[in-house]
Amino acid sequence: MFQSIMFYTFALIMLGAATGVVFSRNPVHAVMFLVLTFFQSAVLWLMAEAEFLAIVLVLVYVGAVMVLFLFVVMMLDVNIEAAKRGLTRYAPFGIGIALLMVVQLMQLIWSRGHGFAGTGGFAATPEGYSNTKALGAVLYTEHVYAFEIAAVILLLAIVAAITLTMRKRPGIKVQNIAEQVAVRAKDRIRVVKMDAEKRQ
Amino acid sequence: MIGLEHFLTLAAMLFVLSIAGIIINRRNLILLLMCVELMLLAVNFNFIAFSRHLGDETGQIFVFFILTVAAAEAAIGLAILVVLFRNRRSIAVQELNTLKG
Repeated sequence: MFQSIMFYTFALIMLGAATGVVFSRNPVHAVMFLVLTFFQSAVLWLMAEAEFLAIVLVLVYVGAVMVLFLFVVMMLDVNIEAAKRGLTRYAPFGIGIALLMVVQLMQLIWSRGHGFAGTGGFAATPEGYSNTKALGAVLYTEHVYAFEIAAVILLLAIVAAITLTMRKRPGIKVQNIAEQVAVRAKDRIRVVKMDAEKRQ
Repeated sequence: MIGLEHFLTLAAMLFVLSIAGIIINRRNLILLLMCVELMLLAVNFNFIAFSRHLGDETGQIFVFFILTVAAAEAAIGLAILVVLFRNRRSIAVQELNTLKG
C-alpha cells in the first residue's frame, strides 16, 4: 500500500514535469523540468531496485548532461518570441497522435491473457542481493567488449565536441613563443658600413 | 502492488508525451533534443522494469550503455547546435534549408 502511494506520487510528479518540458515556453524552464523528471525517475528506479542505475542517472544525467544543456541554452541567445510563433498550430495534431498511441499501448499492456497485467508485484530479491555487485559481475565478464566500446564512444564524443566547437579567429594577434625564443641578434640588428659624409 | 504493468504504463505515457513534444516543438532544436532525451528515458524504464520482472541483469546493462551513448549524443548534438548558432545566429529548424532536402 505504502509502495503504491509512493509510486503514484512520483509517477504523477514525473509526468507533470515531462508535460512541463513539452509545453514550457522558456527553454531554461524546460531544462529545469527535465531535471525534475530525471530525479523522479531515479526515485522510481530505486523502487524497482535498480539502485546503481538510479544513482548513475542522477550523477551522469543531472550532473553532467543537464548542466551541459543548461550551459548551451543560456549561452545561445534564442529568440523566444520567434520560437513561440505558430507553435500551437500543431498542438491538436500532436496531442491527437499521443492520445491514440497511449490508448493502443494501454490496450496492449492491460489486456488480460495477452498483456502483462495480472503478473502481480515484482518477485522479492534474494537475501543479501546487491544490485551494484550483480551488475559489475556481469559487466566486466560477459559484456567487457561492449564496455570498452562504450569507452571508445565517450572518447569519440570528446574529440568530436572539441573539434566541432574549436575555432581559429582570423585577425587576432598572438605570440609565437618558439619563434621568439629562437631569434638571434644578427636577425634583429643590421650593421651598415658606409663612408663618412662631408659636412654640408 | 506495483508490478511490471505499472512501470510499462508509465513508460508508455512518458514516451507518448515526448512524441507529442517533438510534434509540437518542431521549431526549437533544443526542445527537440530534450524530447529525445525523454524518449530514451522511457525506453530505459521499460528495460529496467523487464529486468526486474525477469530477474535478469542484462536489461540493466543495456540501460547502462544507452545512458553512455545518450551522453555522447547530447555532447555532440549540443556542439553541432553551438556551431550552427555561431554560423547562422539562429537555431530555428525551418531556416535550415541549405541542403534543399
